[in-house]
Amino acid sequence: MDTDWSVVVDSLPQLLEGAETTIYITIVGLIGGLALGTLAGMMRAYGGRILNAIAFAYIELIRGTPIVVQVMFLYFALPVLANIRIDPMSAAILAIIVNAGAYIAEIVRGAFLSISKGLTEAGLAIGLPHWKVLYYIVGPLAFRRLIPPLGNQFIVSLKDTSLFIVIGVGELTRTGQEIMAANFRAVEIWTAVAVIYLIMTGTLSLILRITEKRMRIL
Amino acid sequence: MSIIEFRNTSKHFGPLKVLDGVDLSIEAGEVVVLVGPSGSGKSTLLRCINGLETITGGDLVVDGLSVTGGSRQLREIRQEAGMVFQQFNLFPQLTALENVAFGPAKVRGQSKAKARETALDLLEKVGLRDKAGHYPSELSGGQQQRVAIARALAVKPKVMLFDEPTSALDPELKQEVLNVMHALAEEGMTMVVVTHEMAFAKQVGTRLIFMEHGHIAVDGNPREVIDTPPNDRMRDFLQHV
Repeated sequence: MDTDWSVVVDSLPQLLEGAETTIYITIVGLIGGLALGTLAGMMRAYGGRILNAIAFAYIELIRGTPIVVQVMFLYFALPVLANIRIDPMSAAILAIIVNAGAYIAEIVRGAFLSISKGLTEAGLAIGLPHWKVLYYIVGPLAFRRLIPPLGNQFIVSLKDTSLFIVIGVGELTRTGQEIMAANFRAVEIWTAVAVIYLIMTGTLSLILRITEKRMRIL
Repeated sequence: MSIIEFRNTSKHFGPLKVLDGVDLSIEAGEVVVLVGPSGSGKSTLLRCINGLETITGGDLVVDGLSVTGGSRQLREIRQEAGMVFQQFNLFPQLTALENVAFGPAKVRGQSKAKARETALDLLEKVGLRDKAGHYPSELSGGQQQRVAIARALAVKPKVMLFDEPTSALDPELKQEVLNVMHALAEEGMTMVVVTHEMAFAKQVGTRLIFMEHGHIAVDGNPREVIDTPPNDRMRDFLQHV
């Protein structure tokens, strides 16, 4: 077997452009997912019967179906169903938001409910409204417990962006596929793609580990 | 008018009657000690006063406000009735000072500087001014409970509710908490205390209530009813504490 690693150097600018798209989808998707997940998680933990049921249905629907099917639905089925046409990039970002949101909701719910009920009572007993108890007391404590599982989800979502190859978004995996199709250098190109993913997830892990270290887990 | 008034108050957990038509008036300045076997309803009675438990029948009026009057009114009641818990429940991410200053700043709307001043004064009062910068995990149980008392006092309540404040403490740490409570009583604070400390009841209490099956079985002067229990069940109970 002969390998020629110079093809990696030649295609590096193109691969990095793909990686940039991957990062963009991940960051925007996770910001949205964090917002949606926090909302759904709070609805699960503290909402009344109706809000709880809505959040539960959303979480079960998303966790019970593959992300590839979700993005295909957004991109191909939504235009037919509701006459809403979206470009591949928006479909990809939306898929991450909706998908990560469901998993983050459960993480948020678990973290909030793991905080001792006595602390909530202590906050209520000095006359604070419930939302202030959650905001000032339970929230900051829950946040510390959120970081490790959230880190997992961030890494999963980053890697999930590779699945958007199915709707033709030019992220890293798709870019690798295109280069490979032109030069047939499978070993070199897929090695390079894998290493770039490793660098991205490794950086993410490092950031999370530093954040965790800086916070006292209480 | 009484500061706390139970009017035929009931509390059910499903089919279980924890409080069964309780009538009780507590006047300002009284130190009421609540005793009774576990499950007799004494903690529930206490927790109904500041609405941590919702009453299911009758009425309960605290400082002229009914606990059934909605969440805004309940918050007003809670500002007038401070609570100290068995497990202290200090906010672990805040220092002793921040724990005490939290109420004045977030509930009473005091400025940060003013709340800090209030907190330092109260820490002084419970003998922990030098621990102001410590986190709860760096304090002993007795010290944590004293900070918790200061935190409740910081909101300037008219009544203090104590839910087994020394039950989680080693014997040698109990006394420092009881001393703070004793001093508070001498200042004229109205107090309702669930406890098993009979010496404290005799020394500090102005009234003792023995509860059984959700009823008030005995209500009298602590020294008299502890020395000569007026009913067999209470005599039996006292032999076991």
